[in-house]
Amino acid sequence: MGSLPRAARLYVAVVLVGACVVIVRGPFNFTGVGWFTLVVLASLFLLCESAPASFSSLRGAVWSPSSSATLASVVLLGPVGAALVGFSAVLRVRRHTQPVRRFFNAGMYALSAYAAGRAFLILGGHVGVPSRNSFPGIIGPFAAAAAVHVIANHGLLRGVLWLTRSGEGTARKARTGLDLRLMLSDLGYAAFGLLIAALWSVVGAFAAILVLIPLFVARWAIGQYAAQQRAYEATMAALCKAVETKDFYTRGHSERVSRGSAMLASEIGMRADRLEAITYAGMLHDVGKLGVPTKVLQKSGSLTEEEFAAIQLHPMRGLEIVREIGFLDEALAGIMHHHERIDGRGYPLGLAGDEIPEFARVIAVADAFDSMTSTRSYRGARRIDQAIAELRKWSGTQFDPALVDAFVTALQRDGWERPAPVDPPAGPPDGITAQDHDDPTAPLRVVENR
Amino acid sequence: MTVHRPGTRGASWQAMDSGQLLLIAAAGMLAVAAIAQTAATGVVQVSDAVAFGSLVALGELLRITLPGNRESAPIAAGGALGYALLLDIGDRPAIQSALQVIVITAGGMIVGALPHLAAGRPAKLAGMASRLVAVACVAFVFRPLAPTALMQNHWWVALAVMTLLVVLAWFVDAVIGALIRAEELRARFSVALWDELRVQLPLGTAVGASALLIAFSSEVMGLAAVWVFTGPLLVSQVAFRRYVGIRTTYLETVRALSRMTEVGGYVEGGHSRRVSRLAVAVGRELGMSETDLLELEYAALMHDIGQLSLRDPIPGGATVLVSAGDQRRIAELGADVIRQAGVLDQVADIVMRQSEPSRDPGPGPGPPVASRIIRAANAFDDLVGSSADRDRAAAALERLRLDTAFEYDPGVVEALSKVVGRRSLSLT
Repeated sequence: MGSLPRAARLYVAVVLVGACVVIVRGPFNFTGVGWFTLVVLASLFLLCESAPASFSSLRGAVWSPSSSATLASVVLLGPVGAALVGFSAVLRVRRHTQPVRRFFNAGMYALSAYAAGRAFLILGGHVGVPSRNSFPGIIGPFAAAAAVHVIANHGLLRGVLWLTRSGEGTARKARTGLDLRLMLSDLGYAAFGLLIAALWSVVGAFAAILVLIPLFVARWAIGQYAAQQRAYEATMAALCKAVETKDFYTRGHSERVSRGSAMLASEIGMRADRLEAITYAGMLHDVGKLGVPTKVLQKSGSLTEEEFAAIQLHPMRGLEIVREIGFLDEALAGIMHHHERIDGRGYPLGLAGDEIPEFARVIAVADAFDSMTSTRSYRGARRIDQAIAELRKWSGTQFDPALVDAFVTALQRDGWERPAPVDPPAGPPDGITAQDHDDPTAPLRVVENR
Repeated sequence: MTVHRPGTRGASWQAMDSGQLLLIAAAGMLAVAAIAQTAATGVVQVSDAVAFGSLVALGELLRITLPGNRESAPIAAGGALGYALLLDIGDRPAIQSALQVIVITAGGMIVGALPHLAAGRPAKLAGMASRLVAVACVAFVFRPLAPTALMQNHWWVALAVMTLLVVLAWFVDAVIGALIRAEELRARFSVALWDELRVQLPLGTAVGASALLIAFSSEVMGLAAVWVFTGPLLVSQVAFRRYVGIRTTYLETVRALSRMTEVGGYVEGGHSRRVSRLAVAVGRELGMSETDLLELEYAALMHDIGQLSLRDPIPGGATVLVSAGDQRRIAELGADVIRQAGVLDQVADIVMRQSEPSRDPGPGPGPPVASRIIRAANAFDDLVGSSADRDRAAAALERLRLDTAFEYDPGVVEALSKVVGRRSLSLT
């Protein structure tokens, strides 16, 4: 973040100054129990902030249950006290935090806590340790405060992300669904803030410690999810690589198709869960190739009808393997139909146009593009602009034109990393491959034997 | 985890069923007695009872499945324990008896289970019974204590007693769960108990802490505590469900992709699945913990993945028949593939060392027990295949036994023959 855009720096400065103004202006009653409560709540806040959990395998999406501490201080200390608790984020212990980010976070938390505190007061909430008579009247103002806090927090954060946005286009749409989940989680755990406040009259500051336990169990579960998801993706990628080791030239194909499908899918605005599914489908689209004998896949010269039939069967074989995985049905359809063509001349079923599932149309574009931009034994890798020209040429016959356009846009925005040029394998040549079933520029040649 | 369905195992299923039946019958009798008694004296503080009963019902409706196919209803358990531990609601003392707690818990559970039954899902009586017994234990200890001055006037004494009791509830639930599983899966009780305590620890902690929080905050918030609590509990529940979901998908994916070797014609159809099932059964027989069993299952499913790197399939795919050098090469190639994932290094190690003779007198420690199990299970399946012929199985076992001086671990082969013996018994 050393080279922040000017607008972003201005934004951070405004947030910081705003936070300082609301804190200095007061009024805050710095006497009596206030100090002690403030220290306890700030410690709780810092503890939560210092141990965030990754929310998903998407980088940078972290969550911490700190909103419960902020909202407890809204009730116990009022808006200014809550802003101070929020500002204590400046002290948090987290590795690799640049000063800019540290100060922005502190300002952001202070401002959103202050806003929540104001909302609480406006709707008739009373600052201080709630008594039996406060309930249930306090719940309305508190819920409003929680909502304001979440909205202010995410709003300020989105602002800075928008201003510093630098080429993270792929993740942008996926994050929208994620943000909603994060906001709902924050709202759910906000209820703990009211509990801390209520328990304060029974067990005093010990309330904060009691509440820590469920908070950290939740944090554990969320972190475990992200860890398992990462492990899962890594394992799947490793197994897909195992399929490719046999064929020297297609190494890394599955992972690149997965990445390309995800790029295209997020360009056309797929929801987060579908995006996740198409990432997996792209990864697994060719596992059925295992059912096709190597000598057929790599045969030079024309194929007999039987051999061509064996190749045409590979999407079905793939489906057979992955059917038992609890995926979205759409991912399975994507794997089965990724060789259909818009004009109906593809395989295995010869579907045409909109009959072809969206996942399959997306994977088909990414699949062909990666095949053309990789080295094959019978030709070198094409340049990206050549491959785009080929995609355009086959647009409307083999590929969905709208998807080709979207893919080109996505390519221009995110770029494409071509595989490193490969040297032919050492050792005796075992029949030169002259075709690739994914390559639209070198269609499979079939001999009609009748 | 492979869970054998009850009733498929001849002589042993009656014992297992009777264990579960005993538990369900005991819980049922407890509930009936509590209902009879409460019907005679009447329900006190009806609105509180209804509020907590609804929370239990909601929790039962939103059951989750923990790793290892365990049913759990954390919200229901938290609500019921909270009701058992109530001191005051607002400014009036909570005066419900232990029996009323049981009635309300049982009632809530039944109401919450009805939609499951309507949707055609099993009722899972054993899990409900075990939760009810755990709550009953807490209620019987705490309800008589609740009105005493010691509890009412010193919150830290009450907190200590309540903490002890929720730990007790967690323990009771785990012991019952372990008893059921030990019989159902033929695992050792000590191993099953340890697994149960470990798996239930995070959720059990959250449930216990929530129960304490509900009990204490009700003093100030009154019944509002119950509803304010539902929010964070629901969010935690969603987090757990997602975690369990991805774990399940993970296992399903490895199971599915283990069939790549079969579709590619490298091994006989169903080989990986059969070897993994056999290996897990043997591992359980040898008292392996659930974490180790999961690694064993992954390794067994992927034990032949190295063959994918071979240009041409081995005839018939039976690695028991190829030379030791080729076996080692396949194992190393497979381990390389798995190691690339970066998260399954233990599994890769197990796969790599499956090719070593189990009793090699050479220097260094021998292969890990999981590798020895896979070696024996793989050899057995290569010799027997999908055939259910008892003579063939016996001949294969005999061949493995003859090789226990060098190739196979005698303990593993003994366990294998027990597992195979039980299986052929259930087929007749």
